[in-house]
Amino acid sequence: MPLKHLIRSAVGRKLFMAATGFILFGFVVAHLLGNLSIYLGADGINAYARHLHQLEPLLWVFRLGLLAAVGLHVLFGIILTLENRSARPVAYKRKKHPRSSLAGRTMIYSGLLLATFIGLHLLHFTFRTIGPQIEMLNGDMPNVFRMIVDSFRQAGYALTYVAAMTVLFFHISHGFASLFQTSGINNEVTLPWLGRLSRTVAIILAAGFVSIPVLIFFGLVIK
Amino acid sequence: MILDGKCPTGPLADKWDNHRQALKLVNPANKRKFKIIVVGTGLAGASAAATLGELGYRVEAFCYQDSPRRAHSIAAQGGINAAKNYPNDGDSIYRLFYDTIKGGDFRAREANVYRLAQISNAIIDQCVAQGVPFARDYAGYLENRSFGGAQVSRTFFARGQTGQQLLLGAYQSLSRQIAAESVKIFPRTEMLDLVLVDGQAKGITVRDLTTGEIRCHAADAVILATGGYVNVFNLSTNAMGCSVTAAWRAHKKGAFFANPCYTQIHPTCIPVSGDHQSKLTLMSESLRNDGRIWVPKKAGDSRLPQNIPENERDYYLERKYPSFGNLAPRDIASRAAKEVCDAGYGIGPGGRGVYLDFGDSIVRLGEDAIRARYGNLFEMYERITDENAYQQPMRIYPAPHYSMGGLWVDYNLQSNIEGLFVLGEANFSDHGANRLGASALMQGLADGYFVIPYTIADYLARTTPGMVSDSHEAFRQSREQVAQQTDRLLSINGRKTASEFHRELGHIMWEQVGMARSASSLSEALKRIPELREEFWLNVRIPGSAQQLNQELEKAGRIADFLEFGELLARDALNREESCGGHFRIEHQTPDGEALRNDADFAHVAAWQYKGADQTPELHKEPLSFENIELAVRSYK
Amino acid sequence: MDLTLHVWRQKGPKDKGKLATYKATDISPDMSFLEMMDVVNEGLIKQGIEPVAFDHDCREGICGTCSQVINGDPHGPQAKTTVCQLHMRQFKDGDEIYIEPWRSRAFPVIRDLVVDRSAMDRLIQAGGYVSVSTGGVPDANAILIPKDDAETAMDAAECIGCGACVAACPNGSAMLFVASKVGQLAKLPQGRAEAARRVCTMTDAMIEEGFGNCSNHYDCEAACPKGISVKFIAQLNREYIMALPKGYKEKE
Repeated sequence: MPLKHLIRSAVGRKLFMAATGFILFGFVVAHLLGNLSIYLGADGINAYARHLHQLEPLLWVFRLGLLAAVGLHVLFGIILTLENRSARPVAYKRKKHPRSSLAGRTMIYSGLLLATFIGLHLLHFTFRTIGPQIEMLNGDMPNVFRMIVDSFRQAGYALTYVAAMTVLFFHISHGFASLFQTSGINNEVTLPWLGRLSRTVAIILAAGFVSIPVLIFFGLVIK
Repeated sequence: MILDGKCPTGPLADKWDNHRQALKLVNPANKRKFKIIVVGTGLAGASAAATLGELGYRVEAFCYQDSPRRAHSIAAQGGINAAKNYPNDGDSIYRLFYDTIKGGDFRAREANVYRLAQISNAIIDQCVAQGVPFARDYAGYLENRSFGGAQVSRTFFARGQTGQQLLLGAYQSLSRQIAAESVKIFPRTEMLDLVLVDGQAKGITVRDLTTGEIRCHAADAVILATGGYVNVFNLSTNAMGCSVTAAWRAHKKGAFFANPCYTQIHPTCIPVSGDHQSKLTLMSESLRNDGRIWVPKKAGDSRLPQNIPENERDYYLERKYPSFGNLAPRDIASRAAKEVCDAGYGIGPGGRGVYLDFGDSIVRLGEDAIRARYGNLFEMYERITDENAYQQPMRIYPAPHYSMGGLWVDYNLQSNIEGLFVLGEANFSDHGANRLGASALMQGLADGYFVIPYTIADYLARTTPGMVSDSHEAFRQSREQVAQQTDRLLSINGRKTASEFHRELGHIMWEQVGMARSASSLSEALKRIPELREEFWLNVRIPGSAQQLNQELEKAGRIADFLEFGELLARDALNREESCGGHFRIEHQTPDGEALRNDADFAHVAAWQYKGADQTPELHKEPLSFENIELAVRSYK
Repeated sequence: MDLTLHVWRQKGPKDKGKLATYKATDISPDMSFLEMMDVVNEGLIKQGIEPVAFDHDCREGICGTCSQVINGDPHGPQAKTTVCQLHMRQFKDGDEIYIEPWRSRAFPVIRDLVVDRSAMDRLIQAGGYVSVSTGGVPDANAILIPKDDAETAMDAAECIGCGACVAACPNGSAMLFVASKVGQLAKLPQGRAEAARRVCTMTDAMIEEGFGNCSNHYDCEAACPKGISVKFIAQLNREYIMALPKGYKEKE
């Protein structure tokens, strides 16, 4: 019963966005924590990669879940955006936005860019069809550390990742606060500072990710 | 003709109960066969339409606004009275009844007013059940305040937006019936004629304001809840669209107009700032609970108010009415303001204003306490005047606010035309010559929720449902006549806008027929209004066509009616050779300037019958008998 | 002061419409915005041009009829103020002012600046009421309502139904309007009984009427002349989650 209604409902669809967004947010946090193992040097991140591999097939369940979340998040994002566009067929000649943020109003673009980036990212590090030559460690395990460092020595890769993470910042800075509002956790006490918290969280996440290509490119810390 | 209000006999307290027993009922299965038209969706109209829909009648509701939620009842700020006596301060049904009769200067029907006081309590219960968020105390009980000079706290309120909340309650009940399809709503539709078949009200002719279509609606009974007429003064606290049109068109079809000269001028409004002024804004009367009204003792004193020392200020209400002081009833406070301004003591632009000073209260209670009580009003005042009333006194001046007069109705709220019922401000019945604060909301809802459902059944039970359809000859005639007037207005193509005529009429009405009237000023008005009317029909300019949204055409139609109605108002004022409540004739006053009633000759309702264009209307009288109250001089000293 | 107005003119719902430019001269700063429009219209009539149609009624900021987007702001630049209460002292001599109607698929233009907002009435008809008939209700003090609840309900109930939230929302959503009614009635014991059904029927009706979805932009709150808080939208979302699946069962 409720699913059919949920999909049709204005609030229901937002709840799908919130729930899938929450899953993706969780993944982003976990991914960052994993990435930070690079600061422990080659052994650190390669060990982390090895451990991940050992978790298969659990990892596949996880991946399929993520894929479903991404799919739903994108699908509902597109449907909602199209609906919202059609709700104002004639545009204003002049329009001000006293409260809404640029990030909020461009979620569809940042979202689609991120989806594209995810594809690129998978081709790059998962399927390894693009990017520099990869050195293999004992059998089928790639040398993840070298793979990352070699890629980010190249300006194109470093720049692409930095740009993508800037987009992620935008997306999360609206999405994180939205999560609380849509799930009804917000109230007059949390309202004033939730926006700021959201931007802070987004900055921390984006900075965490961005630090890696930047440091590598300039040959600092991670060598 | 001597009119009979058909008030039930017997003891006052039992009249309504006995009467209800005597009224006929409509069988539940038959109710849906009856169609009822309700014009107007303010408190009276919306509550009536919703309640009749709930009972099973087929209702068609009409309003000129774009939504039934917008009627001007929404602007009432202060509150609604009820004889609950929750504060245990000595209130009772009888006291509310007595205060209302006395406040109305003994010119209202005892039976009607007593019924109103009896019903008042059920209104509060009903509104709370609908989810109206009245103010509550920390224990969760309803709060009350004293309002408009009442000596008991019997006013229920929802911040400064009581009218809004009550109207939304009624609107929501109406919405529920619209969803249930028992009520059909016609917004942006203006009633332009009442249709009679064999002397009975059987429908209306309307103009669809969006498309311009002129259309008839047939029904078994017609209810008018179309509000008051003080926009005849041009500048008033009424909404821009408020008009006498529906009532006037019914009057021209034979409905008697009662006591049109009873108009209420509200004392606490923001003064006029210039010729561009389109309406006047009321500041809630509750401000007088903490504000002191004064003018400089020296005429033409141009000093800033804060530079005028205490001993050079004249707190004239406190001086003249020591026991009621600043809380004197509206008519008295308004007239006193006019007197001091006429004598040259007025302040602000044109000397048309008096100070309402919160300085003492701010010293006594602190600015925060005043902000908590009136913050939204102070903000509104600042938005309009650009003055901060915490730092300098407000400027206020009286403005036309409410009309006690209206279409004549009997105890059943039925006009002299069978099948035509009139509710709320549009009728004349409950407030006499002056209305007390927080009583308008009470009356509108009493009529709609608790009176009309009983009394209309008694009428319907005596008729056969669906007797006429809109194909009847009377409807065709009405439609043609309305279309003709519309075409005539559009064809004049003169040089003055409708608003210019409205301003000129308003000027005549305010100067000659305003707060103080004399035989000579009224005669002057009676001479000048027909002249202006004649000019209007030769020289008004209305652009556009009839087949479109044409706001100038709407406006001109309403002003055309005001130009006829204004004359009747002046005639009634000239005829009433006494002063009472909102009607003050300067020839009839006590040596110290108070209203002087003439109970021997004027303890009656003056109901006027239309006799044709440019014909003198015929006066009918309904004697007012006071069986329970002794007529007294209304003193607030 | 003298101003240049760029006003949306549209003959009817099917007309394409365009901006027309008019001069407003000799405007007093004490005029309200609508009084300025009155002056301009009087001038147009004298010139034989049809005046600009705009909705207005009470002119004291409570009826919710007036509806103009002024320089990109619904109800103009002053916070918590309807057009009718906006005064010309908020503008400067020589200003250019763009005046447009509410823009929403659910609010088709009738003429010039006048739009059809009956969709909002239909949202209320979808459940924005307490299903109580006249008569037979308990004494007003029989059910106690904590002061805080009554105050919060009143905060929400202040909505004047003008539609500025819809006009301001980048998505053309009516969420704040729906949330204010859901929030008011859900806070009161009298409205609680139907709360689950109400939130489902009203939010569904919002989509059926062609309003957009809420993306938590909060431009609605900034535009609201009564300053109604978006916390009521959060409350609506909460009510909705709690209503599942009961609300839909009751709806059917």
